[in-house]
Amino acid sequence: MRDVRLVDQPFNPGQLVGPFSNANPGLGGICTFVGEVRGDAGVEALELLHYERLTLPGMQALADEAMARFDLMGLLIVHRVGIMQPGEPIVLVSAAARHRRESIQAVDFAMDHLKSDAWFWKRERRGGEWFWIEPREQDHSDLARWTN
Amino acid sequence: MAVKLVFLGRLADLAGAPDRDVAGPLDWAGLLAALPGALGEAVQGAKVRVAVDGVVLTAKEALAAPDGAEVALLPPVSGG
Repeated sequence: MRDVRLVDQPFNPGQLVGPFSNANPGLGGICTFVGEVRGDAGVEALELLHYERLTLPGMQALADEAMARFDLMGLLIVHRVGIMQPGEPIVLVSAAARHRRESIQAVDFAMDHLKSDAWFWKRERRGGEWFWIEPREQDHSDLARWTN
Repeated sequence: MAVKLVFLGRLADLAGAPDRDVAGPLDWAGLLAALPGALGEAVQGAKVRVAVDGVVLTAKEALAAPDGAEVALLPPVSGG
């Protein structure tokens, strides 16, 4: 099963992974990544903006691509939008498969695409001012690993 | 009728608003004429993409938005 969600309220990763695991009976491995707002010095808040007509459809297409590319039984992608505080989850990707490597690689693939090839715009507030965050060079080279 | 421009990310800061209506239909030259100054310069940046009614253009210079369309101006993304 493929479950893709865009949420504008805090979510509890533990409460999502249990039901996802139960929804994929017979799985051999499940890999989950949770990204949180890093507690960098001086960062008061982080905001993620999205564009209704592209963001969720793009995430669904990414999930379809991951399902086609890796031998998965299920894939869960949850991404926050809105204003978040350090320590709050931003993103959760969980992949269930018969064998572990497919699940681990699918999560790596999905995360690299969510970081720098999905329709989100991120900014952080420091000293009361908002600053836009653009992808790092590392994010682009991470993404390029999947193009061959 | 009009074309609705939607500004995402830092382009919304430059525009001073998340969206703006301009006269339609709209092509690339018309878009640049409607966006003078820093905003127009930013939109011409190689990393800025353009979508019409939820479809991202492969070449934004080929913009041909009919009356009633929604044109989104999309700066570089950053998620997760």
